Amino acid sequence: MTLVDSPPAEAATQGTRVARRAFLVRELGIGLALVLLIAVTYAVNPRFLSAQNIKDLLLGSTILAILAVGQAVVVITRNVDLSAGSVLGLSAFATGAVFVAAPGLPIPLMLVIGTALGAVLGAVNGGLIAAAKVPALVVTLGTLYMFRGLDYTWATSRQINAADMPPAFLRMGTETVLGVPVLALFAVAVLVAVGYYLRHYRGGRELYAIGSDPAAARLSGIPGGRRVFAAFVASGALAGLAGVLHAARFGTIDANAGLGIELNVVAAVVVGGVAIFGGSGSVYGAALGAVLLTTIRAALPVLGVNPFWQDAAVGALILASIGLDRALSARVGRSLREGKAHG
Amino acid sequence: MAERIAPVRRVLGSWDVIVLLAVVAVATVGAFTIEGVASPRFWRFVALEALPIALIALPMTLVVITGEIDLSVASVLGLTCTVMGQLWVSGVTSLPLLIALCLLLGAVLGAVNGLFVTGFGLPSLAVTIGTLALYRGLAYVVLGDRAVANYPREWTSSAIAPIPGTTIPWMILVLAALAVVFAVVLHATPVGRALYAMGNNAEAARFAGVNVRLTKFWLFVATGTMSALAGVFWTLRFASARADNGSGLELAVVAAVLLGGVSIFGGRGALLGVLAAVALLGVLRNALQLAYVPANTLTVITGALLIASVVGPNVAGMLRERLRRRRSTAPTATPTT
Amino acid sequence: MPTPVLALEGVSKSFGAVAALRDVHLELHAHEAHGLVGENGAGKSTLVKILAGVHAPDTGTITLDGRPLRPAGPADARAAGIAVIYQEPTLFPDLSVSENIFMGRQPLRSLRRIDTALMRARAAELFDRLGVRLDPDRPARGLSIADQQLVEIAKAISLDARVLVMDEPTAALSGVEVERLFAVTRSLRDAGTAVLFISHRFDEVFALCQRITVMRDGRWVSTDPASALGVDEVVRRMVGREVSAMYPRQDSAAGAPRLQVRGLTRRGAFADVGFTVHAGEIVALAGLVGAGRSEVSRAIFGVDRYDSGEVLVDGVRLPPGDIAAAIRAGLALVPEDRRQQGLVMELSVERNTNLPRRWRLTRGGLLFGGAERRAAVGWAQRLQVKAGRLTDPVSTLSGGNQQKVVLAKWLATEPKVLIVDEPTRGIDVGTKAEVHRLLSELAADGVAVLMVSSELPEVLGMADRVLVMHEGRLTADIPRARADQETVMRAATGQAAAA
Repeated sequence: MTLVDSPPAEAATQGTRVARRAFLVRELGIGLALVLLIAVTYAVNPRFLSAQNIKDLLLGSTILAILAVGQAVVVITRNVDLSAGSVLGLSAFATGAVFVAAPGLPIPLMLVIGTALGAVLGAVNGGLIAAAKVPALVVTLGTLYMFRGLDYTWATSRQINAADMPPAFLRMGTETVLGVPVLALFAVAVLVAVGYYLRHYRGGRELYAIGSDPAAARLSGIPGGRRVFAAFVASGALAGLAGVLHAARFGTIDANAGLGIELNVVAAVVVGGVAIFGGSGSVYGAALGAVLLTTIRAALPVLGVNPFWQDAAVGALILASIGLDRALSARVGRSLREGKAHG
Repeated sequence: MAERIAPVRRVLGSWDVIVLLAVVAVATVGAFTIEGVASPRFWRFVALEALPIALIALPMTLVVITGEIDLSVASVLGLTCTVMGQLWVSGVTSLPLLIALCLLLGAVLGAVNGLFVTGFGLPSLAVTIGTLALYRGLAYVVLGDRAVANYPREWTSSAIAPIPGTTIPWMILVLAALAVVFAVVLHATPVGRALYAMGNNAEAARFAGVNVRLTKFWLFVATGTMSALAGVFWTLRFASARADNGSGLELAVVAAVLLGGVSIFGGRGALLGVLAAVALLGVLRNALQLAYVPANTLTVITGALLIASVVGPNVAGMLRERLRRRRSTAPTATPTT
Repeated sequence: MPTPVLALEGVSKSFGAVAALRDVHLELHAHEAHGLVGENGAGKSTLVKILAGVHAPDTGTITLDGRPLRPAGPADARAAGIAVIYQEPTLFPDLSVSENIFMGRQPLRSLRRIDTALMRARAAELFDRLGVRLDPDRPARGLSIADQQLVEIAKAISLDARVLVMDEPTAALSGVEVERLFAVTRSLRDAGTAVLFISHRFDEVFALCQRITVMRDGRWVSTDPASALGVDEVVRRMVGREVSAMYPRQDSAAGAPRLQVRGLTRRGAFADVGFTVHAGEIVALAGLVGAGRSEVSRAIFGVDRYDSGEVLVDGVRLPPGDIAAAIRAGLALVPEDRRQQGLVMELSVERNTNLPRRWRLTRGGLLFGGAERRAAVGWAQRLQVKAGRLTDPVSTLSGGNQQKVVLAKWLATEPKVLIVDEPTRGIDVGTKAEVHRLLSELAADGVAVLMVSSELPEVLGMADRVLVMHEGRLTADIPRARADQETVMRAATGQAAAA
């Protein structure tokens, strides 16, 4: 046999460089698309970047971004959480109900309560999926209905109004620090914390490992059930937090809060470059995806496009994103292989 | 997670039969305890409500059996409604022509899904979430927030006309005929055999000469076409074409398919169970409404049934497995080569 | 003898009705490499998975340093000091090479964060020690099998394990890579690690190991010092009978050309492959793993496309990349990977058997249960498939019976050309002989058989002609009379082109 020597180091590193660049490109790409969109819209109408409008954009993105971060954690493990919108709804209504019952409750405690409620609901999902070994899509579709039904049952067509909630809490929904809404700061804090955990902690890396190859994860002794459970608890907790923020932002809550938002969240994650079959992508991308989706909806009317085109544009964006991912991974795969080929 | 549950299902008896018995049980109990469930009017309502879901569930069953999914069905329905409305407004007054154009549109929309999934090799879950937004968006582009409602009365009443001598809408016969066609294709033709094979193991199916991609493409076309048919029915039944027609219906269809015993991983399930599940959900909803049970309770029940339908067999299987090999603490996986 | 580092006593393991291991014992000592040989299906891989903590034994005990060991999972076994290199690499394609090595035990810095720099440095160190140049930062996706294997080896070394289990680690490695692996393994062994080495290549087993254990049909057969054994003796114990009885080759006259392959080329896989298989002939396609044999058979059958060349059956050109057309033309392929390509494991014996000719069983476009049953029963009986019921999933059958179902499925199409890729891999000795007899009979009936096989005795015992491939090219066409171990091996390793 002609002996194949180890590949030249240069070739290998070149393939690597292309791979690394592609991952960067993916998130940069969304960022770039976002910047371009904003620039064009600004050129058409400079008022698009008024302080108020920026604030609105950030506020609009906040809740979707937090949900997208939680969803990304789950999708990275090759699962999906369709119940996020219903968890948000329950938590939002709980926020109102708790304030009606205990008007003097400190706001931080309310945030903890909402997050904890979400975590419990997430634990229901995660428990069923990890312990009974049933597909996440089916379980969370089921809990999508169940949680929403509980929400309706609890709300019994009541509506909780701004007057029922402490003014300080509602102020939190609109207040800004240096022009940045407080709610958006929540989203950034969540994003950085989760992003850092996924990148720098064993538990985080194991989530990627599980999504990348579940069988290999098992052979490596990764506690798959426990990790997937934790991912669903995290997703639930973030949806719960988003519910509290939803209540603060809108002031009026009925049982319909967050209705139908789940597919939007999955869309944000996909647009953000998280592979729907797990193993790759980042929460930063997912959050950027959420911001991009929100910005498109806001920018189209400014650009003079009939606002009825919004959904269609979002759909086209999703298709373009997964198409781009496909093309990129094909290119990376080729360059990694070619790096080897002439060894 | 793809733990094999086939043997368990067999031990439990056929899942289809269980769901079917549940329909009979709910109807019987309802007839005796809830006023109105025994009345023909009740069944008319159940039928009208279940029709669009059932029409879409037929092809969806086949799609899920091959291991794919189509979440864009309700948006195809909505877009069809608006296009039908717009065509009517623009002067297409022949109903057969309208229906033909709508079905053609549905086929094209389905073909777009199929092209993305089979041509570019993209995951159907992501693709159809994209076209879910895209098609719904196009529906808004077509009609905006307007509604087209001025259809001739004979059209709208004929859509929901009963079979002479009964209260059952005649469209049920159309559904029944289509159900027979789909059931025969799935259970008694080489195509059906290939669907199960590719749902379990696409590579092995390919090695046996099955054209996996082409088959899946045509399934997406069929799903689009049937969703369009459901859209035509929807427009005429409610005498209204609006961009938000049937929004959210995709999850109801998927729920019925899964509750009917079709595995989300593909390769397993039968049409009888799915139709029984559509009926079960329809009867439950309407019976509980008559009993003044709030609609939200039904939402909870739908979710619980869905979860029970996957958790039940799995847990039963695990318990049985544990009993069988008590001595050992071995995991249940079979060896892989 | 000193106390063993690791000892298995009376270990048994069944999967459903299939007994994979029966009363096996094994002792591994420090400073010693122990060879484990046996045919495919002898239970070696199951044994490996028990040591790795993936499966728990049904009965029997494992002791490590004299203490009983019952690992609850792979992490336990690893923590106890057992490192395993699997036959097939188990990497995470999306993660970097260094993360793959240290997954679950990444070096940490303050606040329990992963010390990425240190992890990278350690990975680089490991690669230095192995003498390979791999970028620790590149993702595992796209690595060649040999490189993936090297990452696995680096992973095992990084564990500083007491026991190193290697399940056919050399199958995809080149000579230099094997030498490098052996040098590392020897140094680990000399440092006190107990090594369990599993391989089909006897020269490697004898070069590395001090003692050799033979297994057959899930049972322990013998353990002896390597110096007291010869290759012939090992083979005799593995097979359990005289080898000649395994190959009931009937002579049959070669007829008209059935399968003609001309100038077949697929970039990166094989180039300019041309040969003819005549009716009544069994032609073996031999070569080392990775020489492109399976790729050629896949391309002929239409699974993969090819860049140039043509395939003719009975003089008619086949459209490339069209399996259905190939089947219609009378081609059949029994693929290499039975579980992934040959069978739909969850479907019944009947459905699997009828799948390729499902259209031929229809009446008026419809399939009727009775006709399907009859068709399946006929072939199941003819091949003596041992199954509970024909409606049972094929996954409940033993490996040998599964292979019979694959054969039944393709023989039912009444092929003119039968391509079999590793037809006896992973099946018991008895079934093996049956498969060989069957191939012989088919050839006698005028079928052209193309057999890809890595087992030289099978190639030499069955084939009328031996085609040898080396690095994607056909290097030899050896008639039966001149085919022996040496000529085939020389051609397979590219040392000489025997004409």
